[in-house]
Order: sequence, then C-alpha cells, then structure tokens
Amino acid sequence: MSTYIHSVSLDASKCTGCTTCMKHCPTEAIRIKDNCACIDAQRCIDCAQCIRHCPNHAKKSNYSSLSEIQKYKYKIALPAPALMAQFENLDSVDIVLQGLLDVGFDDVFEVARGAEIVSAYTRSYLATPGIKKPVLSTACPVIARLVMLRFPFLKDNLIPLLPPIEIAADLAVKEAKEKHPELRDEDICTCFISPCPAKVSYIKNGFGSYKSKITLAVSMSEVYMHLLHVMKHDVPAEVSARAGRVGLSWAMCGGEASALLNDKIIAADGIDNVISVLDQIEDGNISNVDFVELNACPGGCVGGVMALENPFIAKNRLHTIRRYMPVTQENIKQFEGAIPDSGFTENLPDYKPLNKLSDNIAESMRLMNKIQLMCKELPGIDCGSCGAPNCRAFAEDVVRGLADRNDCIIAYRDYIKDYINNYPGSRKNDG
Amino acid sequence: MSEELKFTYNVDGEDFNSAGQASVSVKKNLRQLGIDPEIIRKVSIAMYEGEINMVIHAHGGTADVFVDDEKIGIVLSDKGPGIADISKAMQEGYSTATDTVRALGFGAGMGLPNMKRYTDYMNIESQIGEGTTITMHVKYQ
Repeated sequence: MSTYIHSVSLDASKCTGCTTCMKHCPTEAIRIKDNCACIDAQRCIDCAQCIRHCPNHAKKSNYSSLSEIQKYKYKIALPAPALMAQFENLDSVDIVLQGLLDVGFDDVFEVARGAEIVSAYTRSYLATPGIKKPVLSTACPVIARLVMLRFPFLKDNLIPLLPPIEIAADLAVKEAKEKHPELRDEDICTCFISPCPAKVSYIKNGFGSYKSKITLAVSMSEVYMHLLHVMKHDVPAEVSARAGRVGLSWAMCGGEASALLNDKIIAADGIDNVISVLDQIEDGNISNVDFVELNACPGGCVGGVMALENPFIAKNRLHTIRRYMPVTQENIKQFEGAIPDSGFTENLPDYKPLNKLSDNIAESMRLMNKIQLMCKELPGIDCGSCGAPNCRAFAEDVVRGLADRNDCIIAYRDYIKDYINNYPGSRKNDG
Repeated sequence: MSEELKFTYNVDGEDFNSAGQASVSVKKNLRQLGIDPEIIRKVSIAMYEGEINMVIHAHGGTADVFVDDEKIGIVLSDKGPGIADISKAMQEGYSTATDTVRALGFGAGMGLPNMKRYTDYMNIESQIGEGTTITMHVKYQ
C-alpha cells in the first residue's frame, strides 16, 4: 500500500493550517503539523473532500498536462460524460467531440459508450444465480478503495468489472488499430478527461493487481479552457456521438442505476451518505436491493472537483442535451457480450483495515484501553487545535506516540493552572 | 490473559434514527483491534438487531460490549416490559411489534432469531415488568 500513488496534494505555501480540510476528511487521514496539513497516504481514498473545502485553494489535484499528448503519434481523447455538462447552450455532444479533435486529438471515444456497455453487462450480471447482492458498482474508484479499507465484508458485492473508462480505452485502442493497422502500441495515447483526482489515481495505480491501460489523465477544467476557443456552432462536426442517453446519464448520480431497468436500486452521492449506506448494507439492514450505485462526489461525476460547473446546473444541462438523444445509438442488447476479456477483474486489492492499532490483538486491546482512558480526560469538544480532527483521533495519536498530550491546549491550560496552584509559595484556593 | 476491554453505549428509546449508531461505533473499534471482518459483521448484525429491539419494545437501554482474549461479548439490558414467552419470541416471524412499528419496516419477527444465528452463545433473562438482559458471545479465536 505504501506504493499507492495519490492524486491529491498540498501547496504548502498556501496552507494556513486552518483545520477545514482535516474536519472534512471522511477517513481522518489529515493532521495539521507546524501549521500545515499532512495527508496520511495509507488512509487517503482520493475523495477530494479536502480540495472541495479548502478555503485557501492549497489542496490540489495532480494530473497530466494536456501538452503531454504531443509525445504520441496517435492521440485518443476519452471524454467523461460530465464534460458535456460544462458548456452553456450546447445542443449537441458532437460539437464537444469535434472540439477535442480541433485541440489536437486524432480520435475520440466517449467514455459514455464504455458506460453503456457496462450497463448492458450489469443487467445480465444481476440475473446471474448465486451472486452476492446488493451488487456494488466499481465505477467510482473512491468506493472500491473505501470498501477495501473499511468494508472488506462487502468485497464480494463489487461487480467484477473494471470501470467504464477502462472498457472505453480498450475498445478505443482496438478501433484505432483497425483503422490504422500501421500503429504500434507505443504510438497510441489514450487520454482520459477527468472530473476528479480519484480517476487519476485509478489510472496510476490500477485496481488490485490490474494495471490500467490508459496512458494519461488530464483535468476537465484544463481541457475546457482549450475547448472554449475552438468549439463552433455553425460548422458541422465531422464526428458524431455514438453514445446515447444511457451513457450520458452516468455523469450524474442515479444514471448508472436507472439504466438497469430494475427498481430494486439505490443511488447515493456524497461521501458521508455513501459511508452510511455501506454501513447499513454491512449490518444486513438493506434487503431486497439488487444494485447500489455510489458516487463519492455530490451529484455524481458532475460534482467532481475538476469539473467547472456547479453540479446542479450541470445536471440541468444534461437533461437538456438528453432530450433530443436516442436512449442508446445502438441496441443496448448488442453490448452484452461487448466487454473485452481484460475488462473483468477478480483480483481485488487486499484488505488493509484503516487505522489498525497493532498486528497483535492483545496489544491492540491494551492500546485501545489507553485510548479510552485518555478520551475521558480530554475535553471532548473536537476543536482541532491539537492538529487532529477530534479528541478521539488525538487520543489515538498520543497512544501511538505520534502526538504529545500537551498539544491539547485545554489539557495544557489545566496543567498550567494546576502547576501554578501547586507551586510552592502560591496561594492555593484563590480561584 | 490480556486486559479486558469494554465499550458502553446508551440506546435511545423511541428514536429510530439513532438506532444502529452503537453498532457502527463498535464496528469501528473492532476494526481497529484487527478483528476478522467476518466476525465484525456477525457482531454488528447481532448488535443492530438488539438495538432495534430495545428501541421498539423497551424505550431504549444500554449496550455493553466486552472484548477479551477469545471472544466479543455483548450485553444488552433494558427496563422494558419483559418477554412473556421467550421460546415463542425466538421463532422466526413471531413479533409483538405494533402496527406503527411495522409500518416503519421493522417488526418482521427476525430480531432474536438473527441474534441467535449470528452469535456463538446467547442467553435471555427476562422478567415481566422488570426488563430484559440479553448476553451474546461471538468467538474470534
């Protein structure tokens, strides 16, 4: 796990140590040390909550620059469906696709197409006897990582399928080689236009033992700036969209689930809601549900931190674009067998419990007793001044030897008072 | 023998929204101890069912969770009406829950049977008008 490459980082010069990001981190991965927010890489799930909430814009997403595609001979853009929601008055997806060609790509393959193929497969997968239900989507990489760190019992509920970006990349490369048989693997660059750092991390790290075949991930906001200069309404596009409503709807929460034509579905968005749904599933408290779509970002992918538009406005735009679109461009039934063999995965990442105290249970128990005792002595106001998100997390840090008890300003104040009161010569009991 | 660890939770009566909070917190603690996920799930299901029972039938109570070097013990005690016929209450599908509670999706008569199913030991002590104490053990090694 130490080799896991994250895509959330900090610009230390902008960080004021204000505790906002630390308070919003769902896995308590952030501590403030020397007025600077540090991320514990083992606990980080790349959900981007810290980026979303940082008032100083000190937290950043890492991604490749669009200029990096120039190193390759044949550049394929893989636009996330959320990209289509970023433009005002857009009447056709084709305009965006043409724009991508105009900014330097040689070919475009909509991730929405990959999504439609995944939807078709999921429909048939849900009918497979003996599978563990509810089936959980693996499209949002945050969820897959969260399940491995915190909900290992739900590991077998994950659909054994790589996310739509991977399916799209695989098919895009195949198509490119058919069109241009002279192309070698190293000539081709598949470039995902990402709404979030979690997908960037997925591309860098893969999934379990699977290494992603996508070459680069660039930020949706960077590509947006380039597209704005080239997109034209009055010139007919040379390319046309091959995905329909189903694929486009994956950009928002509920899109993936509603494509299944099954009413036993749950779709949740926002990391806290996601965690509470997973807790309930784990407790056996959700019955009669076949499929659960979970999105770490509020609103789904349109709420990604690398998307520009407010997710609610973005959703409204998607509804407008969808209105004149066919459900799918091809019969979705055709897609059922369309998943390349490499699109399936059985090698999930290993369970690595968040925050385990020790490898020895007896030792863990001893430490937890100390933590509990210490929690009783701490003020319990979760102020964050010590640099930990709450008193309990601070007690854990102290017991693990990562923090000093006197980092708690309230406990320290009491210690000073006590010291003064008991100082030889001081008058006791004078308040 | 290592020291025993204890967690205590108050379960609010008549508050379905907070029912389940104790089991979520127990899960977090057991994960930190490094207990096997399968065991944690058993404990959390048994605990969740017990919490719901205390909310539905007994206006709340307390949940104590013990961890020693071989098992996790859960003691749920309430000062509710008591269980009139324990063997009937243990039957799947038998419930004395009110229509209001059933309308909320509870009261399927699976609470006690599930608690039994997911634990290695279960004992019910109940006095009419006095309350009920349920002790459950889940062995982890």
